[in-house]
Amino acid sequence: MSMLLETFDWSFLAEAATGMVSAVSVLDVVGMILATIGLVFFLGAAVGLYRFPDFYTRMHAAGKGDTLSSLLILAGFGLITLEDFSAVGLLLVVKVLAIVLFIMLTSPTSTHALMRAGFEDGVEPVVKGDAKVKKKEARK
Amino acid sequence: MTTEGFTVFTGAALFVLMLPALYRVTVGPTSFDRLVAVNVIGTKTAVLLVVIGTLFGRLDMFVDFALAYALLNFMASLAVARYLNRTRPMPRKKPSGRKPRKKPAKA
Repeated sequence: MSMLLETFDWSFLAEAATGMVSAVSVLDVVGMILATIGLVFFLGAAVGLYRFPDFYTRMHAAGKGDTLSSLLILAGFGLITLEDFSAVGLLLVVKVLAIVLFIMLTSPTSTHALMRAGFEDGVEPVVKGDAKVKKKEARK
Repeated sequence: MTTEGFTVFTGAALFVLMLPALYRVTVGPTSFDRLVAVNVIGTKTAVLLVVIGTLFGRLDMFVDFALAYALLNFMASLAVARYLNRTRPMPRKKPSGRKPRKKPAKA
């Protein structure tokens, strides 16, 4: 038994343990915080997309929350990926930041195009009295 | 909490939060509601690809997928917006900022 213990190489356990301990660095913590904030913003966008009464209000929730949450989550995972400051790691982060820049440019543009298309197509907004009228009708 | 567990959690949360948008795609009253929700789902899919790449340790490969997906999503949403936009000129005398036009007949 003791021979088995001595001949077998148990060093992978130590490696795994130390690897687990050193897995979380300061950059990882910052990235996790950013990604969590992004998830909260996306929760707001999803709830707004589900609950709001109107095309324009839904567009409001989806456009803003979606853009900001994408930026935050991508930046967070860029920081989580950045383990060492080598050229390859930095190139990855630059690529992720390129996606961030692209989404920051295109998401408001597509929101604007969709809003304009909906407005010119005559989608009716909810005006002030509509909610009360609907409530009264629901009571009857 | 390890980084891997957090990555799995973020991916699962992104997927679960896509479900309200999927509901809006399914029952949206107008086609523009569906289009907005599809746009949201597409953007989040690009983010989800980056998360999956982090999980697999192959972010160098997945980041290109995410970039291409974001590009295609943008082009698709612009194209469908231009397609659904009936290119009628806006009325000159009464700019219809407040009163919407009569509901067009359903196509």
